[in-house]
Amino acid sequence: MPVNYLYPEYEIVRNYDRCIVCRACERQCANEAHEYLEDKNKMVCDDAKCVNCHRCVSLCPTRALKIVKSDHTFKENGNWTKKIINEVYKQAGSGGVLLSSMGNPEHYPVYFDKILLNASQVTNPPIDPLREPMETKVFLGAKPAKIERDENGKLKRNTPPHLTLSMPIMFSAMSYGSISYNAHESLARAAKELGILYNTGEGGLHEDFAQYGENTIVQVASGRFGVHTTYLNTGAAVEIKMGQGAKPGIGGHLPGTKIVGDVSKTRMIPEGSDSISPAPHHDIYSIEDLRQLVYSLKEATAYTKPVIVKIAAVHNISAIASGIARSGADIISIDGFRGGTGAAPTRIRDNVGIPIELALASVDKRLRDEGIRDNVSIVVGGSIRSSADIVKAVALGADCVYIGTSALLAIGCHLCRSCQTGKCNWGIATQREDLVKRLNPNIGYKRLVNLMTAWQHEIKEMMGGMGINSIESLRGNRLMLRGVGLNEKELEILGINHAGE
Amino acid sequence: MREGMFRNPSGCAISGIFSKSGERFTGERIIDSITVMHDRSNGLGGGFAAYGIYPEYKDYYAFHIFYDNKSVKDTTEKFLEEHFDIINLSKIPTRKMKSITDEPLIWRYFVTPLHTKLASSQLDEREFVAKCVFKVNTRIDGAYIFSSGKNMGVFKAVGFPEDVGRFYRLEDYAGYCFTAHGRYPTNTPGWWGGAHPFALLDYSVVHNGEISSYDANRRSIEMYGYKCTLQTDTEVITYIIDYLHRKIGLTLKEICSVIAAPFWSTIERKPEEERAELEYLRNTFSSQLITGPFSILVGFEGGLMALNDRLKLRSMVVGEKDSTVYIASEEAAIRVIQQDLDKVWAPKGGEGVIVTLDGGNI
Repeated sequence: MPVNYLYPEYEIVRNYDRCIVCRACERQCANEAHEYLEDKNKMVCDDAKCVNCHRCVSLCPTRALKIVKSDHTFKENGNWTKKIINEVYKQAGSGGVLLSSMGNPEHYPVYFDKILLNASQVTNPPIDPLREPMETKVFLGAKPAKIERDENGKLKRNTPPHLTLSMPIMFSAMSYGSISYNAHESLARAAKELGILYNTGEGGLHEDFAQYGENTIVQVASGRFGVHTTYLNTGAAVEIKMGQGAKPGIGGHLPGTKIVGDVSKTRMIPEGSDSISPAPHHDIYSIEDLRQLVYSLKEATAYTKPVIVKIAAVHNISAIASGIARSGADIISIDGFRGGTGAAPTRIRDNVGIPIELALASVDKRLRDEGIRDNVSIVVGGSIRSSADIVKAVALGADCVYIGTSALLAIGCHLCRSCQTGKCNWGIATQREDLVKRLNPNIGYKRLVNLMTAWQHEIKEMMGGMGINSIESLRGNRLMLRGVGLNEKELEILGINHAGE
Repeated sequence: MREGMFRNPSGCAISGIFSKSGERFTGERIIDSITVMHDRSNGLGGGFAAYGIYPEYKDYYAFHIFYDNKSVKDTTEKFLEEHFDIINLSKIPTRKMKSITDEPLIWRYFVTPLHTKLASSQLDEREFVAKCVFKVNTRIDGAYIFSSGKNMGVFKAVGFPEDVGRFYRLEDYAGYCFTAHGRYPTNTPGWWGGAHPFALLDYSVVHNGEISSYDANRRSIEMYGYKCTLQTDTEVITYIIDYLHRKIGLTLKEICSVIAAPFWSTIERKPEEERAELEYLRNTFSSQLITGPFSILVGFEGGLMALNDRLKLRSMVVGEKDSTVYIASEEAAIRVIQQDLDKVWAPKGGEGVIVTLDGGNI
């Protein structure tokens, strides 16, 4: 039926005056959008296959290519947009759930963009990070409930297991399987060089990466793929994944086409079988069950490693976080509704969860009101896009942030949001060997180190401007923030004043 | 408008005199010292803390209270009677001065907690007293207990410090330690309670600076049951010191390593044992780190501590002559009362100077 034909959203524009028919675009496109016509010695393309990943554009030696938004249009309608109409056609044709990748792209408010930072003028001096020490080191984990002294009066080291980071940033959970071996290697090596941590996600830990254990958070999710005692003890911390910002309330799904070779071995499931994690952990139906898993993992690791509980930011977040803070967890990680994913049902991704800024502000306040903020550290993600977002998150009350999308951008992701197809032309969200090798981990890791180093510099500059020379004095320091264009309720939840106040 | 309704940063002058031998001297010297730094204040607040001034009542908490009016005084006294045995009460003697105006009612009470109340509260005595002070200051509008320690007292007002000293007739008091503060607030509603020193129990703090960590410190200390009603740096610093010293049990030296912690680059160069301890303190009490410029004098029973921020962004000089220690924002403020010093130096940023009575302990 002709209604199944959807005019492509993007068009590939080729400048034939520049095209030298080298066929690089054809070789580079895993979606086979480009084709060589031998009889005409000419390149042509099928816009319908293009995902707008810019691989061909970036590699075209004569800059003959560009991708433009199609001006093809339905009769304009403020309610029935092109996107919605197309989705109806798609589902009427397939009978299936719509799938998407990466974070929620819809036009919800981005609170970080409505918050401004302070700087010192006259009454106290800004501090120049080029001339004075400027500290970004953070510890994550519970604080000792009280001090203890030995018989000589010396303070005992009674700090519960914790993580030490050179800056308040970690790479968030992305499984081996959802992303490639080379992507994981880039993240692991960068984390080690930077003195931070990356996270295995729910895909187990490839044995080659055990050497980066001190910089690894090993995740335990509802499918328990790849979980065993050695795995738990290899990492520096264990993260229980209860939920993910991109798809709160549902489990993960890695298609069988990605479960090949080492991915299957690492996950400890047969090749080609879909890797489907259930929506709940089947041993956690309430908060008291979570406590049991927290302590099971602590037993398994002999109480030497902090346990992180990761949850999606949902409506009742502060009560949930308060429960977790009393459950033995050392760190709570909260993933906002804009958090990325390798694949999620579109409707869930675009309609479930709440903004991380509001979730963070509310959790930090609740834990303080209840006097249990020292029980846990707070890590937030979804989505942290820049060093300014980090400074704002820390000032709202976060100890640290998780970054996923920005880390992938650093190693080549162009945010085409097609990870679920497994044909990532940049060698990131794919297991196809020819594509994976396009991502050179020697370059990938270096770019991650560059990005983090740049952000650390910027964080120091912003802190210095505020007259703060250590990150802990920024944490929860909401007087350093002012809102612009926010209503009373939003300001109240964020716990900040409006600009001009 | 009243102090506490908005954030109120200020610049200032501080001065302190401490006699290690315990020899008592009158308040005249501290007035002479702070007078020299007249230009460091702007007439919007001055005050003094004096230790060892009530030897005849040394076992009783001395409450100094501002009242807006008579009815608030009655309400407060009713509360005090319910919780304390009041041994003595009187108006604090003052001298009429042209430059000091709008004075509230200023009263002094020597009190001791009622046994029954104390026992039923299940608190230790000092915590009980602190809780009562908070109750009055936050719940009784128009009453403000600005001094609550034993054998010590705070005297403060809106005005230049030298005038405030004369207003309170400090020459009539003799103690082993005096501290003084001249205030240069960037804005103030001119409320007497907002002047410094700020005190809780026998801890008193005078402070020069504007800390950048204010809200991080405030939000963390409020979690431990303190209520920052004045929105001033000095208030939050006082609570942090009270919390770390009285409630947690850190030594003053350890407290210096928390609130003006050495930089990590410095810590890394220390021997293993010391490094581990400093890291422990910085990690455990990370929310009590204070950044931004400050110099503070912390008075407490039997001692005085001086501390600068970690970068030393405010001036502070220490001088010694025989058994007397002088500390001030400017050396001139020391020289004016003691020309002949055995030793004079500027402590480094984060380097606490702690002096105590000979034979006493901290």
